[in-house]
Amino acid sequence: MSGSSVLYDAPGPKAQVRNWIYTIVGSLVVLGLIAFTLYRMNVTGQLKPEVWNIFNNAGVRANIRDGVLTTLKVFAVAGVLSLLLGLLLAVARLSEHKPVSWFATGFIELFRAIPLLITIYALWVLFLTYKDSLGTIGENAAFWALVIGLTVYNGCVQAEVIRAGINAVPRGQVEAAYALGLRKSQVMTMLLLPQAVRAMLPTMISQLVVTLKDTSLGYIITYSELLFAARTMANNIIVNGENPITAVVIVVGAIYIAMCLALSGLANWIERRGRRTPKGVAVAPAAEPIVEMSEIQQTLSRNTGNGTNNGV
Amino acid sequence: MNVLLDYLPEFREGFIGTVLLTLASGVLAMVLGVLIAGFRVSPVPPLRLFGTAWVTLFRNTPLTLLFLIVWFVIPPLFGLSISPWTKALLALGCYTSAFVCEAVRSGINTVPLGQAEAARSIGMTFSQTLRMIILPQATRTVLPPLSSIFIALTKNSAIAGAFSVAELFGVQKLLSDKGYAAGLIFVWVALGYLIITFAISGLFRLLERRMGVAR
Repeated sequence: MSGSSVLYDAPGPKAQVRNWIYTIVGSLVVLGLIAFTLYRMNVTGQLKPEVWNIFNNAGVRANIRDGVLTTLKVFAVAGVLSLLLGLLLAVARLSEHKPVSWFATGFIELFRAIPLLITIYALWVLFLTYKDSLGTIGENAAFWALVIGLTVYNGCVQAEVIRAGINAVPRGQVEAAYALGLRKSQVMTMLLLPQAVRAMLPTMISQLVVTLKDTSLGYIITYSELLFAARTMANNIIVNGENPITAVVIVVGAIYIAMCLALSGLANWIERRGRRTPKGVAVAPAAEPIVEMSEIQQTLSRNTGNGTNNGV
Repeated sequence: MNVLLDYLPEFREGFIGTVLLTLASGVLAMVLGVLIAGFRVSPVPPLRLFGTAWVTLFRNTPLTLLFLIVWFVIPPLFGLSISPWTKALLALGCYTSAFVCEAVRSGINTVPLGQAEAARSIGMTFSQTLRMIILPQATRTVLPPLSSIFIALTKNSAIAGAFSVAELFGVQKLLSDKGYAAGLIFVWVALGYLIITFAISGLFRLLERRMGVAR
């Protein structure tokens, strides 16, 4: 809060006293909630040193490390593939050949509307059914179902993001390029895509955070990524007569949050850097692109309008 | 076609289950989200901190992990016995509330400062300013992102089916286990979701048109 909010003026003496009372009551309530949770954890024996001692075990640590590595492997493959598919779909959707454009539009609309879990599950069942005739994919059905599902869904979202970026490039640039005698493919690869990707990079990385989070859907098709590895491990260890699932979940949750925060931190950093350079198309905010197309474009034009970034 | 007709009761139950779960957790997410957004813009530091922590935690945790926590960690920890449906409601509602909060907060922030200043200068009280000047304008900017959030919520509710709550994905799972062709079930289940998401986006388009005043 920089002091100027729509909702209230700078507080007077009465309001200051009131704010102090709210501050104290609020602190007590928040601290009370934390204390109650800790108390319950203590009563149910979750704070005993034996429970947390399991993380000193080399095997447990190796399990968690393997889980993280598997998650990152899925994320890396699906992330790269979804960016490539996104580029392809965005270009196809803007194509002047109607059938190509219609196909891309239909593909994007369809797979954006279907829950990712449904796609992944259907692929998994499909791969398991035709296991023998699929070769390498058949041996690794869960991995490929997860990767292809993530690629298709996130590729569609990335395509819409890239398209918003392409549409944000001023019309005059394209006209100038055609006047210079560049071909359609040259205009796309040399002029539109580089500017679109640069402008949309923060939003694209924010969508990668979603991809990273969604790798956890592998848990449901019993693929041994971080979450599944953690659950299996918690089920196999018994401390003080029960499974240490609370401790394991806290550690795994912290790992997920750290990974996601690192990635969205990168998105914010690129957004701030983009704001500093005074040329080209305005850089979109590092928000998750769950919004409709019109929304992204509004934000882009608002950014340009505010003079934070001078459009050419 | 046969799969749909033979298992019509299951499909119907799954469809209604998805609609009900989406509706209920949508309401919970709205209530929590507006409340947390209120915390985040309030002049009280601990509440702001709580709001920020809430949003950061829920936005960066995979929903599947939240489902795991609600299923296997919360009940023994607090000695509660909750029905699976309520557990799914809690997980979906809390997760979505973080996104609702951010949409509402950015909606309030898009109202120009001068509007509220003008309202105050003509003698409006705080609640009058909020009710007559800020909220009507904020609502209009909040509607499009809210529509996307509720569509995402519908899609996320599929995870509840994997944790055996009666729901459309549950139908797909059940029939796949029985050995029906994956492609055919996929088409019908996907169609069920498409109907719900189109209904939501249609509803919001209607709302936007009714509230649409040129600024």
